[in-house]
Amino acid sequence: MKLTLKIWRQKNAQVKGNFETYRMDNVSPEMAFLEMLDSLNKRLVEEDKDPVAFDHDCREGICGSCGMYINGHPHGPVPAITTCHLSMRFFKDGETVWIEPWRAKPFPVIKDLIVDRSAFDKIQIAGGYISVNTGSAPEANNILVPKNVSDEAFNSAICIGCGACVAACKNASAMLFVSARISQFALLPQGRIEAKARVRAMVDKMDEVGFGSCSNTGACEAECPKQIKLTNIARMNREFYKAF
Amino acid sequence: MGKLNSKIPEGPLAQKWTSYKASVKLVNPANKKKLEIIVIGTGLSGAGASSALGELGYSVKTFCYQDSPRRAHSVAAQGGINAAKNYQSDGDSIYRLFYDMIKGGDFRAREANVYRAAEVSNQVIDHYTALGVPFARDYGGTLNTRSFGGVQVSRTFYSSGQTGQQCLLGTYSSLNRQIKQGNVKMFPRREMLDLVLIDGKARGIIARNLITGEIERHAAHAVVLATGGYGTIYYLSTLAVNSNASAAWKAHKKGAFFANPSFVQIHPTCVPQLNEFQAKLTLMSESLRNDGRVWVPKTKGDKRPANAIPEEERDYYLERRYPTFGNLVPRDVASRAAKERCDAGYGLGETGLAVNLDFKDAIKKQGKKAIENKYGNLFEMYKNITGIDSYEEPMRIYPAGHYTMGGLWVDYELMTTIPGLYAIGEANFSDHGANRLGASSLMQTSGDGYFILPNTVSNYLSNEIRVPNISTDSPEFAETEKEVVERLKKLISIKGKKTASSFHKRLGKIMWDYCGMIRNEEGLKKALVLIKELKDEFWRDLKVTGEYTELNQELEKAGRVADYFEVTELLVTDALNRKESCGAHFREEYQTPDGEAKRNDEEYAYVAAWEYAGEDNPHILHKEELKFEEVEMKVRSYK
Repeated sequence: MKLTLKIWRQKNAQVKGNFETYRMDNVSPEMAFLEMLDSLNKRLVEEDKDPVAFDHDCREGICGSCGMYINGHPHGPVPAITTCHLSMRFFKDGETVWIEPWRAKPFPVIKDLIVDRSAFDKIQIAGGYISVNTGSAPEANNILVPKNVSDEAFNSAICIGCGACVAACKNASAMLFVSARISQFALLPQGRIEAKARVRAMVDKMDEVGFGSCSNTGACEAECPKQIKLTNIARMNREFYKAF
Repeated sequence: MGKLNSKIPEGPLAQKWTSYKASVKLVNPANKKKLEIIVIGTGLSGAGASSALGELGYSVKTFCYQDSPRRAHSVAAQGGINAAKNYQSDGDSIYRLFYDMIKGGDFRAREANVYRAAEVSNQVIDHYTALGVPFARDYGGTLNTRSFGGVQVSRTFYSSGQTGQQCLLGTYSSLNRQIKQGNVKMFPRREMLDLVLIDGKARGIIARNLITGEIERHAAHAVVLATGGYGTIYYLSTLAVNSNASAAWKAHKKGAFFANPSFVQIHPTCVPQLNEFQAKLTLMSESLRNDGRVWVPKTKGDKRPANAIPEEERDYYLERRYPTFGNLVPRDVASRAAKERCDAGYGLGETGLAVNLDFKDAIKKQGKKAIENKYGNLFEMYKNITGIDSYEEPMRIYPAGHYTMGGLWVDYELMTTIPGLYAIGEANFSDHGANRLGASSLMQTSGDGYFILPNTVSNYLSNEIRVPNISTDSPEFAETEKEVVERLKKLISIKGKKTASSFHKRLGKIMWDYCGMIRNEEGLKKALVLIKELKDEFWRDLKVTGEYTELNQELEKAGRVADYFEVTELLVTDALNRKESCGAHFREEYQTPDGEAKRNDEEYAYVAAWEYAGEDNPHILHKEELKFEEVEMKVRSYK
């Protein structure tokens, strides 16, 4: 099929970017979206032009590297998948496809579709852990966790840290991301011991690095490729109030 | 470089690790702070080692090419992690886990290392649980397990189909704690481009900042490579597309021997290739074979939809050939059996390169809900990629390149043949022999990082306490940096017509055709010729746009592909040298009458450790004889 691509090109964070138009004549519906971009890049290199820079790695929806705004949605129009899992069969012949980087102040553009997400790491470093030294753990089955609690913790823990929630939010809030981690630890008995200090440290850092507040729009939940639930934010707020 | 000294401690197998730890030299806490250690890679072994070394008080500098350490490819491991907890009381023990690995590896792994990996496996599970890794649990709150290929006990701990992700995020959290405490300094988006030796010891690295293009010098008292495997030589593989062999290969060229490079695992259950632009193949966890039955039609070329083929016209070939282990035979056996059926004309679809993995019976027996609980995310992933609902019709699967048992040669202390250079996790060779069993990768890589390296490194570093912080101004650093820059410039200056990826793809095809699941002398010799031709073409006709002083993803690829040519030449050389079939290394000339691998213990019960001898010279083979004191070498049978 034939497509018209409008791709955001920006040399670095200091200069202004703009959309460039690329025509694709030979897109197979069996291609993955990133493979379609690979084929564009192959062409650009062969034509001695600068290929489109984008982050990607595992290409199976788990590493969280890839992420771009496609036709107004983070990771594209299909719910619950990452960009790398987006198949071209979801696009129509002759369609114009708009491709942009995540847009949020705490995620400055590095080049083209690559943004700097190190703000996420900073929040995790602030307190996203359980303090246990290697070798000092008790026998695993001495920590009993009800199955439903463990399953719920798991549902929060599957966040891949891609940043789609921030990109989707009109306030560039990172609450879904942060609350998923806080929920995982708050639910488990291992994590309760440091729960108060953790939630305060992580929320403080989240504000400090420039993420906005939550105004309960729910765009983050709707766009999350891993379907992390908004209830995590409620739990984080509860944990936060309890921490003072 | 003299004879290989594996430094295996004296004494009975079960006592070796205990007695090693009791006698190893230690470094006192005040001195630890002054000692710097570089760790390359942040998968389970790299981030685990960084955490544990940081907790001990060493000054750690950790590097990864991703934008965050949380994205290392351990994240993609699906099915689980083994441990000898024996929570099911099904007869499991450290010894049995050790024996299964030795047998699974077709008696080509080092006994003492394998036993130790099994020994620390229980501590690994305890540690992850304490870190908050949400492993699957039973209703009473205890941990659950499941079975994996090649074993008859249930010892695999798991978090749905995302065990690697959960273990890695746990490890990332412990790494973050050390970063916060100032014991670990993290350098993301850096690629190690060479190793720096001073007086024969590993003393640092040259890295490229992938954002700015800046070439950086980093020094340390010891360097740890936790850089994973080289399965991307096949181009299409289950690995992350940026996973690469370069750090290990650079270390090899500086004197670290490379062991058993031809031992590459082809994973039997992957989504088949859908189009010619495909950049990777997605794995479907081995755990699916617990409930999925593998079959092809009994009639050649039967292209009816799977559900239209009646029961009696289906060939459940694994159950037929291997009644004892059935669908849960080890990976190498399952892969070859799939290839055998497809080559014989029974494969599915247009390409004929696929077999069915059918859940119909499991769903009938256990209900859709139970199957969804166990494998929900895998079924979803499969549907995303193919558009097919596997609750209604079978998955189509085919083998793909996955894991490399071979890697840098290490001794019992996980040190390579370069003093002060260690290799851990998939980057080393030691624990999986000629074939790795499912779920023992997370187990070994975690054990190496958290529990083994942090104990062995002091034996070396205790002699380094008087060495002040190493300066990066030395001529050795300057010289290595110069070589690195020259090579980057060379790649850019070719200004040919073809992209790095296009060469990678062609190299991958050569390797898949001649050095994949089944190999023979004629094909391997042909591969050597073809690789050489392609390599020459690469250095003549490569095109890299941009400069090395800026973000340049084409240049990153080109550097990695340039190394793949050299890696694959050695891999094929090793495959040619090993005139036997063992584990994943199947030489057509050496098989039993019923098509099983035929080992030659008399001549090949050794680790082939290859020494680099310069650009124009053939590699030198060193042999580490494998002595089995505890187990008897037997024919590996799963029938």
